Amino acid sequence: MITEQTSQSNAPIAPSKDGERRELISFRIGTQDFCVDIMAVREIRGWTPATPLPHAPSYIRGVINLRGAVLPIVDLSARFGLGMTEPTARHVIIVANIGDRVVGLQVDAVSDILTATEELVQPTPDVASDMAKTFIRGILAMGERMLSLISLDRVLPQPEADAA
Amino acid sequence: MSIDPNEEVRATFYQECEERLGDLEQGLLQMEKGAHDSETVNAVFRAVHSIKGGAGAFGMDPLVRFAHVFETTLDDMRSNRLPITQEVMRVMLRAADVLSDHVTCARDGVVPDESHSAALVAAMQALDRGGEHAAGDAHEAQAAGHGAAPSAGSAPGLAAVEPPAPTGPREWQISFRPAASMYAKANDAVLLLRELSRLGQLTVTLDTSGLPPLDEIDPESSYLSWSVRLQTEASEAEIREIFDFVEEECPLEILPPAGAKTADAPPPAPKPAAAVAAAPAAPPPPKPAEPEASAPPAAAAAPAAAARAPAAPAAAAPTIRVDLERVDRLINLVGELVIDQAVLAQRVVEAGLARSSDVAVGLEELEQLTREIQDSVMAIRAQPVRSVFQRMPRLVREVCSMTGKPAQLVTEGEGTEVDKTVIERLTDPITHMIRNAIDHGLEPVAKRLAAGKPAEGTIRLSARHRSGRIVIEVSDDGGGINRDVVRKKAIERGLIAAGATLSDEETDNLIFLPGFSTAETITDVSGRGVGMDVVRRSIQDLGGRISITSIPGKGSTFSMSLPLTLAVLDGMVVSVDTQTLVVPLTAIIETLQPRTGNLYDLGSGTVMAVRENYVPLIDVGAVLGYREEAAPPTNGVTLLVESEGRGRVALLVDAIQGQRQVVIKSLESNYGRVEGIAAATILGDGRVALILDVDAVIACRRRLAYRAADIPQLETAS
Repeated sequence: MITEQTSQSNAPIAPSKDGERRELISFRIGTQDFCVDIMAVREIRGWTPATPLPHAPSYIRGVINLRGAVLPIVDLSARFGLGMTEPTARHVIIVANIGDRVVGLQVDAVSDILTATEELVQPTPDVASDMAKTFIRGILAMGERMLSLISLDRVLPQPEADAA
Repeated sequence: MSIDPNEEVRATFYQECEERLGDLEQGLLQMEKGAHDSETVNAVFRAVHSIKGGAGAFGMDPLVRFAHVFETTLDDMRSNRLPITQEVMRVMLRAADVLSDHVTCARDGVVPDESHSAALVAAMQALDRGGEHAAGDAHEAQAAGHGAAPSAGSAPGLAAVEPPAPTGPREWQISFRPAASMYAKANDAVLLLRELSRLGQLTVTLDTSGLPPLDEIDPESSYLSWSVRLQTEASEAEIREIFDFVEEECPLEILPPAGAKTADAPPPAPKPAAAVAAAPAAPPPPKPAEPEASAPPAAAAAPAAAARAPAAPAAAAPTIRVDLERVDRLINLVGELVIDQAVLAQRVVEAGLARSSDVAVGLEELEQLTREIQDSVMAIRAQPVRSVFQRMPRLVREVCSMTGKPAQLVTEGEGTEVDKTVIERLTDPITHMIRNAIDHGLEPVAKRLAAGKPAEGTIRLSARHRSGRIVIEVSDDGGGINRDVVRKKAIERGLIAAGATLSDEETDNLIFLPGFSTAETITDVSGRGVGMDVVRRSIQDLGGRISITSIPGKGSTFSMSLPLTLAVLDGMVVSVDTQTLVVPLTAIIETLQPRTGNLYDLGSGTVMAVRENYVPLIDVGAVLGYREEAAPPTNGVTLLVESEGRGRVALLVDAIQGQRQVVIKSLESNYGRVEGIAAATILGDGRVALILDVDAVIACRRRLAYRAADIPQLETAS
């Protein structure tokens, strides 16, 4: 699927000929840019203090109440091995669907909504990073920026996800 | 069975079958107990009839054939041709079981076991022949004719009605006066007349005397009545059958043929029926009567019905079927409303508004309203336990015939209501306990007789509400628990130490331990000793407790106490470290203040003296990993809790905030199971608080190889 069309990526809004257009939400953690498919995102909300869960991995910040539903908050920075963040009111939570679960993803800031086609997604360069192999599905070049397209499937701790 | 495009209708049919089968069983049991009144017998007949009608519409031939024979026999009972004896009732009860099997088979698309139903068909036909009614065999052939019957609930029952032994046409005088409620249910006098016309020669007289002047007519009322002279060979029962579906809304009078009992008396001259046919209207042929009849009632609607139908005897309250998902959604929304309201209330307090301010007063009213809404919404899901109890008589019959021990089931409190989710999960444990009660509880007949008890054992199944919970008891009048045997078995299996001293109660409770079975021979009824521990587990999963009391020689009683709903929980709100936790109130026995005087170090742990006993002290904060070091106990408060099978434990928390009812929210739906935590809830400040799973916390702690000296040696090998 990957073609030399990637060179046109500075015009991501242009409709592609054969690829399916998809919208992505881009966000920032530390100095890196990431994006997820907008179809997985239900809403974006400000940070609220979470109730910590006992025996949970360190990247699970706890659970919050979202209009009556209890959802876990994943500190994506910690999950990606970029270090724990001390959450502040400026942090943002992306509420996303992972399978039939609803999960809050804690990120530094949400930047943009982009349109891209599947052809624009380049394979992940082979860097010696487990995080890159586990969570990054491909990368997109957007002008000056490089966005990592992440897949959410493995964001939750696996054993728990299987148990329930 | 071919693929049905109308899956939904089919599903409704099975749902109705389920209910009808329940009514059927209930009615039969009442008849067995001696209720031979026509109302009960009719109810039973109608149940079978409805199932047959619906099944016919779906082309479920084996089911229809069987139901038909069943119905015929019931009809004989209804018309007193067949006396209601114990023997007959036994056959009828078995027939109800087989009918239920047929329904299940049809639903699952399985071919029913014809040998069962064939045997019963033979038995029922033998009964039919035994009665005065001699036309038993003719019925079978008729069954096919019922295929065209519409689904249950529509107006005319069955088109083809079996003629009894030919007696020659007789003239019946039939008069009926439909109430408005009959029209409201989309029934129509025209249809009744049409059905009557199929039985024979019909002469219809319309009585319009009740009709008010035009400007006084209420379009939703009913003013007309009919009298009909019918020349037919059909019996009274067959005529009545036509009115089966409108019975309660259409007072009916059937006068027997003037020629009394002489069957082949010539049709007598038309005699105006006594009270009804007062109007001198000339008897018109049926057709002209129809348009007139259907005009006003066509517009009939429900509201007028209630007022116009005082004659209907104790008609069931109207109900609707609602998708459970809709109700659940409503319950969730109300749960959110309650939380939001609490959040708002807290904000108002924080804003420093006086209690007497308009806002605060308005908010209080809102709170009351929300609470009422919550209660009413919860009540929607509440259902009587009858649906579970109704399945049990059959189970008892089956287990009795398998074990050869006769037993009767007595049920009490079937009307006790509890949340639907609880009901659904009650069947298995109750089934298991009843099986156990017959298989293990009741002694063999010879032994019972020797002990001066009746040969037939009694199993009692009861439900009642007690302090916000439902208590279900299964008791037998058997030999009680043989404590010596239990003790021996427990020692054999290494469940208790050989020298352990146990109270009677503790001994009885040994049967709940995994891997325990007292049956000297393993039977296929109660299985291989995976029994009572599984029952206990499933009761605990529902937030309930189970206990047993047993009197040697007199019997045993298993008592389950369950929450009325799985959606809310009474909890004690406590703080641990910086966190707020909720401890289920049912687990807490008392709260105690630890003092230096009643705490003792024991190995690496601490025990607390509670009156004469020493119980292990567990620091909740340390177990859940909120803090590294155990906090000094004297700064906190302890909750004395009873853990199932593991004795008492004191849980140390920092402070108690109070008691309140909380709405249970699942952690597992979006995350997963968390050790030591049962679920979550949302507090007044809008934050999530975790609900402690007391048993799991203790198990957590126990893995640290901690053993207090004083706990009875009840631990399992695990």
